Amino acid sequence: MSGHSMSRRSFVLVGATLASTLGLGLVGCGGSGSTSTSTDSSASSDSSASSANLSGSVTAVGSTALQPLVEAAAEQFMEKNPGVQVTVQGGGSGQGITQIAAGSVQIGDSDVFAESKLDNPDDAKKLKDNQVCVVGMGPIVNPDVTVDDLTLDQLKSIFTGEVTNWKDLGGSDEDITVINRASGSGTRATFEDAVLGDTKVPDSFKPQEQDSSGTVVKMVASTKGAISYVAFSYYDETTKALKVGGVEPKEENVETNDWTIWAYEHMYTSTSPDDATKAFIDYMLSDDVQGSLVEQTGYIPITGMKVTRDADGNVTNK
Amino acid sequence: MASEESRDGGISDVTKRLRAEDHVATGVLTAIVVAILVALVAVIGYILVSGAGKAFDLHFLTSKPESFKAGGGIGPELFNSFYLLVLTLLISLPISLGAAIFLTQYAPEGPVTNIAKTAIETLSSLPSIVVGLFGMLIFVLGAGWGFSIISGALALTMFNIPILVRVIQQALEAVPRDQRDAALALGLTRWEATVHVLVPAAMPAIVTGVILSAGRVFGEAAALIYTAGQSAPALDFTNLNLASPSCPWNIFRPAETLAVHIWKINSEGVVPDLAAVSAGTAAVLMICILLFNVLARIAGRAIERRLTAE
Amino acid sequence: MNKELDEREEVAQAASSAHGGGRQPRVRSKHSIERGGLVFTGVCVGLVVILVVMLIFMVCSRGIATFVHDGISLGAFLSGTTWNPHTNGPDGQPLMGALPMICGSFAVTLLSCVISLPFALGASIFVVEVQPTFGQKVFRPMVELLTGIPSVVYGLVGLSIVVKWTSGWAGGTGYGIFSGSIVLALMILPTVTSLATDAIAAVPDSYRDGSYGLGCTRWQTILHVVLPSAMPGIVTAVIMGMTRAFGEALAVQMVIGNAAKMPTGLFTPASTLTSVLTMGMGNEAMGTVFNDVLWSLAMVLLLMSLVFILIVHLIGRKGAAKNG
Repeated sequence: MSGHSMSRRSFVLVGATLASTLGLGLVGCGGSGSTSTSTDSSASSDSSASSANLSGSVTAVGSTALQPLVEAAAEQFMEKNPGVQVTVQGGGSGQGITQIAAGSVQIGDSDVFAESKLDNPDDAKKLKDNQVCVVGMGPIVNPDVTVDDLTLDQLKSIFTGEVTNWKDLGGSDEDITVINRASGSGTRATFEDAVLGDTKVPDSFKPQEQDSSGTVVKMVASTKGAISYVAFSYYDETTKALKVGGVEPKEENVETNDWTIWAYEHMYTSTSPDDATKAFIDYMLSDDVQGSLVEQTGYIPITGMKVTRDADGNVTNK
Repeated sequence: MASEESRDGGISDVTKRLRAEDHVATGVLTAIVVAILVALVAVIGYILVSGAGKAFDLHFLTSKPESFKAGGGIGPELFNSFYLLVLTLLISLPISLGAAIFLTQYAPEGPVTNIAKTAIETLSSLPSIVVGLFGMLIFVLGAGWGFSIISGALALTMFNIPILVRVIQQALEAVPRDQRDAALALGLTRWEATVHVLVPAAMPAIVTGVILSAGRVFGEAAALIYTAGQSAPALDFTNLNLASPSCPWNIFRPAETLAVHIWKINSEGVVPDLAAVSAGTAAVLMICILLFNVLARIAGRAIERRLTAE
Repeated sequence: MNKELDEREEVAQAASSAHGGGRQPRVRSKHSIERGGLVFTGVCVGLVVILVVMLIFMVCSRGIATFVHDGISLGAFLSGTTWNPHTNGPDGQPLMGALPMICGSFAVTLLSCVISLPFALGASIFVVEVQPTFGQKVFRPMVELLTGIPSVVYGLVGLSIVVKWTSGWAGGTGYGIFSGSIVLALMILPTVTSLATDAIAAVPDSYRDGSYGLGCTRWQTILHVVLPSAMPGIVTAVIMGMTRAFGEALAVQMVIGNAAKMPTGLFTPASTLTSVLTMGMGNEAMGTVFNDVLWSLAMVLLLMSLVFILIVHLIGRKGAAKNG
């Protein structure tokens, strides 16, 4: 009998503990939420006390492609500035633009210009575009394709469905299987800008689509006569990278714009970022990141670029 | 039907045919069950075997994931999965218990109860991705909490409530009516009868059900990719500043779980040892789920023994 | 029932108050305990109801914005066969045809049900009619375990086994509706099996005894007596399985190939509502037409699962009416 009352009592106890923990948890939410903002606001006043002269917290959200680089850079940055907490999150370029435009984060990572993601391009003017590196991309084919080199026009004819057999492009008699990227992906936007330009793809041409780069490589490697496009960092021995107009898909050719299929990686901030954010962006552009990390993650340093390109695609020499 | 056949021999022919049919049918049914069991064992075996090398590697279990180099671990993900689970249970258990008690004990007949039942049923059949997107809209963007543990825990709560309510409801309903009636006859209010008699009596079934549902929460990914986020900042267990992203207990930091990690590296991962990492993560996840299952049964039985041993 | 209880309580209170004024406060405190319990549990239920209503409202209001605010026609959305929101069609409207995904979702849902139904039905007949002890002791816990396997793990198994195997004998990449259906069939198997088992076990033993008394074999009894009377329950089980298959996101997304075009075969990449939603939501900024149309896809998913519940309810009501 005493055992029974014990178990009852212990049950009530458990219930009470649960309830109180929940209550505490909720208080905790409010508490830590406000603490985090107070840390932010006290960042500048605190800075003299901090050994690294800098404190605060920075959150970067957006492009999953850029995430590895920013994460690695953030880690190094935090070692040098122990007072700053940099949190890097994925979620996609659209999420990055959404959250930076709403002011809920300090940095929005994007694979494409914010102008192309927003309904009203003027909204992009409220953001500061920090181009931190360049991504080069190019066509890859199944290794059984005998063609090594295509002109931009030939590429265009493939991706608009005009040419459907490799023999028309100097290869063997084999059907071309086009694997496109999903609508909305930054890779597709870049490729279509560079290769198709203003040319419309006819409605009747509906190639396969695939979203993730890893899967695209796997599909091209396993499908005879397949062609698709990926960033240089996804090039491997299971597929064959094509030259375009005789130009090799190499870093130095991107830097001179001889290889035209490339895009900036952007880290958008507000037009007046706080000190910690500014310091982190500066760090992204410093040699610590540009020289080593950028190349390790398969990107091309922005510092090496000999040309610049604006949101409308106009290229000028530096 | 046998009567239509000729008198002798015919009957036994038909009987024979029917018997044979019966045997064949039993054989086919047995084969189906065997096939399902084989498939189950094959799936679990495949996961465990292909990931065993990583899953029992202490370094893999404790170190942080790498974004582009080989040799990353799943330490933060492992912690995040458990922390999210605990938070989710802390929030969803009281609510589910209350809702289940309302439905079994109070539930006035009429529109209120019907609406409540329909709502819970609706919630249980909603795709988890839709629940996750709603969570993103309300908690991540609306409340401004960003991709965070609290957003994830609240989204998981929505996913978990219908499961828990059903489990607790069934457990309460399984308690013999006499117990409740006896309690009421002693002058206890319905609330007292529920708290002191019904819930303790239903405890074994409730505990088993809650732990089993914990397994579902533990492996859920679709509701989390846009709420708790797809990144796992390195954790520092000496950091007790609740506002710091590296403080493990901070509920406003983003937290990728094991399940989300598997999905993310398989769709956009660039680490060279991707296959090994995802197999290892899956094996760890599977081992945890198996443990939940074993634990659920042991705990249920233990409580039952304590209750009946009095 | 409740009225009766209330009356009983009132009687008890009246009796106790008659005993002496000294016990009056205690009765009142009992009342407040009772009210407290009612309020607490009522609030819990209310919270759940509010959340569900809010969810439906928010998702639908976002989803409807595509048609009201952005001026995309509902017809073009539901019947358009080209999904390429960033390109404008001949009429100047973005190409936002959701039909490829709707077809893809239905194709994998139906095919996975077709694949898993014989297994689920066979297994539930076996564990109820042939080996009930084995069913309770071994099979049921095993099936529960199958429910507990996370969907990403199914996706991973699909990616490393099913896709490879499919591409081995069917050629191509292996990604497609067929692979998706196999993975989904495995995932919904436990749901369908356990619900079908309940339905078959609920058939009264007197039916079986009657059939056996007439000299029927076990198989005849199952085929002509048990299955027909368990039919509403079995149909419900299938629909619950379909609900799960229709809404499953990540496992399908990992193996279906994610090509947003009209499915042309079982072995070429296709996409479902959930797969496009999962991948697209991160790519598009909130408030843009590209994002709104994704919410419209979420709304279609939501409405479909409501339809599934409605069907289950209708079957339940019909069954209840039939049984009197």
